[in-house]
Amino acid sequence: MSARDDVFSNIRRSLGVTGKEATRRAAVGQRLETTPRGPVPRRGQGSAAARMATFITEAQRVSASVVMLENAAAIPAEVARYLSECNVAPVLRMGADARLAGLDWAGAGLSTSTGRSDGSDLNAISHAFAGVAETGSLIVLSGPDNPATLNYLPDNHIIVLAVSDLCGDLETVWTRLRRATGALLPRTVNIITGPSRSADIEQTLLLGAHGPRRLHILVTLG
Amino acid sequence: MSLHPTTPAFKENAHRALGDTELQKALGHVQGGFINKRAAAVERLPEFETLRESARDLKDHVLAHLDLYLEHYETQVRAAGGQVHFARTGEEACKTIVDICKAHGAKSVTKGKSMVSEEIGLNDAIEAAGMAAVETDLGEYIIQLRHETPSHIIAPAVHLTKEQVEADFRRVHSHLDAARDLSEPVQLLTEARGVLREKFLAADVGITGANFLVAETGSSIIVTNEGNGDLTQTLPKVHIVIASIEKIVPTLEDASLLMRVLARSATGQDMSVYTTLSTGPRRAGDPDGPEHYHIVLVDNGRSSMLGGEFEDMLRCIRCGACMNHCPIYHAIGGHAYGWVYPGPMGAVLTPALIGVEKGGNLPNASTFCGRCEAVCPVKIPLPNLMRHWREREFERHLTPAVQRFGLGIWGFFARRPSLYRLATSLAMRVLGFVGRDKGRFAKLPLASGWTQFRDMPAPSGETFQSEWRARQKERRS
Repeated sequence: MSARDDVFSNIRRSLGVTGKEATRRAAVGQRLETTPRGPVPRRGQGSAAARMATFITEAQRVSASVVMLENAAAIPAEVARYLSECNVAPVLRMGADARLAGLDWAGAGLSTSTGRSDGSDLNAISHAFAGVAETGSLIVLSGPDNPATLNYLPDNHIIVLAVSDLCGDLETVWTRLRRATGALLPRTVNIITGPSRSADIEQTLLLGAHGPRRLHILVTLG
Repeated sequence: MSLHPTTPAFKENAHRALGDTELQKALGHVQGGFINKRAAAVERLPEFETLRESARDLKDHVLAHLDLYLEHYETQVRAAGGQVHFARTGEEACKTIVDICKAHGAKSVTKGKSMVSEEIGLNDAIEAAGMAAVETDLGEYIIQLRHETPSHIIAPAVHLTKEQVEADFRRVHSHLDAARDLSEPVQLLTEARGVLREKFLAADVGITGANFLVAETGSSIIVTNEGNGDLTQTLPKVHIVIASIEKIVPTLEDASLLMRVLARSATGQDMSVYTTLSTGPRRAGDPDGPEHYHIVLVDNGRSSMLGGEFEDMLRCIRCGACMNHCPIYHAIGGHAYGWVYPGPMGAVLTPALIGVEKGGNLPNASTFCGRCEAVCPVKIPLPNLMRHWREREFERHLTPAVQRFGLGIWGFFARRPSLYRLATSLAMRVLGFVGRDKGRFAKLPLASGWTQFRDMPAPSGETFQSEWRARQKERRS
C-alpha cells in the first residue's frame, strides 16, 4: 500500500469509519460550502468612524505609524516627507499596481523603480487589498501589482489602504476576497501587523528582525 | 539529535538542570515575560473564553472528520498546482524531502521554524545527504550554532543568556571584526540579520512548517514575527511545507478563530506580525515566489491517537502556554525533558510518539496544579491525560518496585476507609508528638527523598479528614 493509502486507512480504522458515511460527508460538505463564522470579537465592529479609530489605535500598538490623507494624489508628498524623516534616500520600489503607478512621484522628488525586490531596496510601497480594524492588520495580495518580496526585504515598508477597504474583522476580508479572486487564492495572502520583530534573545523585544524595521501606513480617504 | 531521546534519563537531566546557574538565570525570563503578556492580552479581549470553547469544538470536529478534510485539502492543493506527499513515519518524510531537494540539485536549504521537522530529525537527514540546512528563526539559528535542540516550542533559545549567544556569534561569525561590540541584544540581532540575509538569497530550497492547512483553499498558513518564514518560502525556487496531519482546518473563517487564540496564548500578542497564506507555486505573471510548491503530510503516530484516550492531545496548536505556566518547566527548562516537546504538552505527546517505555517519566513530572489546562487555548485536559499515562505505566509494570510497593500499601488502606482513618490519625498523632519541639523533621524513615533536600514540617496532630469534619460541624451549628 502507498503511504497515502496507509495514512487514510489508519485514520479511518482509529475513528471507526469508512469515509463513505453520508452524514459525515454532508457535515464536511456543508461546512466548506457555507463557511460559518465563529464568535467575532466586538472590538473591530461599529460605525466606519469607530472602525477607523480602532484601526489606528491597534496599528500604533504594534509600532506601525499611521497617516490619513485626503486623497491618493497626496501620497507622493507624504512618502517624501516620511523618508526624509527616516533620514533615508528618496528612492522607492513598487509593483505595477495602477493605484500607485499613476501618481506623480518625480514631482515629489522621489526616484521610483518597478518590480520585485532583489534585496538591495531600501524602501518599498505596496497597496493593501484590505485592512482589519480589530488588530490593525493589512492584507496584501501577491502578484505583479504588489510583489511579495516588497513586503519582506526592504528596511522601510509603506502600505496604502483605501478607507473603503477597511473591514472590521478577518471574516469580512475573506468574504470580499472570495468575491474578488474566486476559488483560487493568489499565491500568497499576506496579513501584516506591524513591523518585523523578535524576542528570541532574553525575551527582549526588538524591531527589525528579518523583515522591515519600520511600517508606515497611509490611509486614503478620497 | 532529536531521533535519540534522552527522556529515559529524565531524573538525571532534571537534577543537572537545577544545578545549572546559567540556565536558572535564563529561565527567569520565562515566568514574568510570557505569563504577564498573555494575561494582559486575555484581559483586553472579553470574548476570549468563548473563543477557547469554539476553538476546542472546532478541533474536535476536524479530528472526527479528518479523513474527509484531508481529502478535500489534497484536491485543492493539486488544483492550485502544488504537489502533495504523505509520510507514514519521520524517516519517510525525511526521505521525501531529501529526494525533492536532490531532484532540484539543491546545495543550500533555508528553514523556517518547524517543530515537526525537529521531531523527525530533518536537519540531520538533509546534512547527511550533503546539503546545508540553515535555520532562519533567530532562536533556532542560535541553537543550531550550538548543536542543540529547542528548549521551548516557540522560544527555542529561551534557555540561553545574551552572553552565551555573544560567545557563539564570535566563534561562528569569525569573518567579522573581532573588536565589534556585541554586548546588547540589538547588536546580536543586527548581526544575525546580516548573516542570514545572504543565506536567504543564496538558498535553492526553502522549507517551512505550517500552523494551519486550510481544506477549503488548499493553503498552508505560517505565523511568524520575524519575517524569516516568508523570506524562506519566497526567495528559493522550491518551497516545501512540512506539517503533521492534524493541522487541517476546514475554512478561512476557522483559521481566523484559531489565530485569535494562538498569538494571545503564545506571546500575548493579539496577532503575530506576519500571517501568510500560501497556495501553490508562482502564477503566470508573478514576479516572485517559488516555481514549485510541495506539501509533506506527516503521520508519525498521530493517526493511532485518534479515537483513543489521547485524542484530545491532537487539538494542540503548539502555542507553548502550558509550559510557560508550568512550575516544573520553570524549574528545569525544556532540555531536561529529553526530546522535542517539553512541558505539559510534551509530557503527554512524547510517550505517545516514542512509547511509554522511553517517555513514561515525563507524565510523572507534574504537580497536577492544573495551570496548563487552565490556560490551554483548546482546553486540552493535560493533567488528566498525564494521569492516563501514569496508569498505563503502572499497568505495564514500568513503575519502580519501591513505588509499586508503596502504592500497594496505600491502596490497601484507601479501599478500607475506617482502617485508613485509624491508621492516619495514629500516624499524625505520633508524628505530631515526636516533632512537637522543633516543629519539623530533618530525617524521616521512608521519606529520605524529601528530607535529603529539605525538612518535613511536623503535623499538628490532626488529620485532614478530622479537621474537615470538625469545620463542617462548626459551619452547620
